[in-house]
Amino acid sequence: MTSAERPRLYSTEAIVLRQTPMGEADRLLTLYTPHYGKVRAMAKGARRVKSRLGGHLEPLTRVRVLLAQGTTFAVVSQAETLGNTLALRGDLWRMTCGFYMAELVDRFAQEEQENGALYRLLEESVAALAEAPDPDTLLRFFETRLLALMGFLPELHQCASCGMALAPVTNSFSPAVGGALCPACRAQQALARPMTLQALKVLRLFSGCALEAALALRVPEPLAVELEHLLRQYIRYVLERDVRSTEFLDMLRREMREDAFLAQQRA
Amino acid sequence: MDHQHAAAPLARLIDELHRLPGVGPKTAQRLAYHLVRAPKEEVQSLAEALSAMKEQVFFCSQCHNLTDVEPCAICGDGQRDRSTVCVVEQALDILALERTRRYKGLYHVLHGAISPMNGVGPGDLTIAALEGRLRTGAVKELILATNPNLEGEATATYIQRQVRGLPVAVTRLARGLPSGADLEYADEVTLARAIEGRQVMS
Ligand SMILES: [Zn+2]
Ligand SMILES: [Zn+2]
Repeated sequence: MTSAERPRLYSTEAIVLRQTPMGEADRLLTLYTPHYGKVRAMAKGARRVKSRLGGHLEPLTRVRVLLAQGTTFAVVSQAETLGNTLALRGDLWRMTCGFYMAELVDRFAQEEQENGALYRLLEESVAALAEAPDPDTLLRFFETRLLALMGFLPELHQCASCGMALAPVTNSFSPAVGGALCPACRAQQALARPMTLQALKVLRLFSGCALEAALALRVPEPLAVELEHLLRQYIRYVLERDVRSTEFLDMLRREMREDAFLAQQRA
Repeated sequence: MDHQHAAAPLARLIDELHRLPGVGPKTAQRLAYHLVRAPKEEVQSLAEALSAMKEQVFFCSQCHNLTDVEPCAICGDGQRDRSTVCVVEQALDILALERTRRYKGLYHVLHGAISPMNGVGPGDLTIAALEGRLRTGAVKELILATNPNLEGEATATYIQRQVRGLPVAVTRLARGLPSGADLEYADEVTLARAIEGRQVMS
């Protein structure tokens, strides 16, 4: 959809991906919408206490907004909260997982490019964040589905190099070749890393299953680490840059591990 | 912008003013033309104020507030309660809290809030310095007055994690502050109520 088809004043549902303070009391928002893709919008006066907009426009909030299209960005003239983030307050880990999902959409999505399925993925994933039994599993599902919806799903059924069906053994994974490699092709790919059969199966499942099915899966620690590294390496390759929030995510995880270790020692 | 027809030094001034927060292109032009017409002494005095500010204002080594004396007026004030430290995102938040005349403790300015997607992590804020202040044992209560939005919340929760194990009570401004707003813009009554109604973080 092009901006020419977009009316000058329009109402849309949206999820707030990001906000930065602007000028004296304004916020510049990055919104993700079901029909207009990513939209940059100015919320005037939103930082003032009595603003009718402010409370509705925080990251990860699902809103209905009335937007007036300007030359550089839209201006928010009304906002109403449809889904808030109250359930995440106080849980720094889950909040950060949410920031990460929002950043991924911000990085992958384009302005004015409709992707209703990506919107629904973000919507259901943010909604599931507070209650998900294991937020890590949710993130892996989110990453895999996002890659699929953006046309970057790695090859998981046949060797990405020679096309042979993958045998149920430890294969390899190469971001540069675009997916799994059979043991024979591995030798020619210096940067390929081993991929366990379990990891391959989880990625195959996540690329096609519903969110509920993914969340019901129990992923043991070593497999969870393997999947995280594999998807992180692949996403970095596709984006040609690091995702900023992973740094904070990693730091929190290290601290949580230390806490658990110390608690164990005391017990 | 339509100031391309202005004389080059004037156009440059308009550009510089336009870069300031809250100054749109129209305001920048109006200010610039006002200065053109202003007496030379007035403009000279403004220029001197600007460079004196840049040369003489620095961050207080204790609270990281902006100051021209070390320590700053608040940290150096013997009347203030040194056992309470209120953590704020911006130096401007101190002005807002001081206007309430309800708070008698010290401050700590973070210079931002954790915002992972904007690339701002704990290392970009003055959190390590805050931990250093707490380790001296003089501080008994830490009031987390970060903004009531998700980034402010993440910052408060992170600080609370970091200071666990230190003998300090951690409270959070709560009642009366609407979510999404910036502390800087809260009115005095709302802020005073928020200080009095602060709650222990569990
Ligand atoms: Zn092969
Ligand atoms: Zn000071």
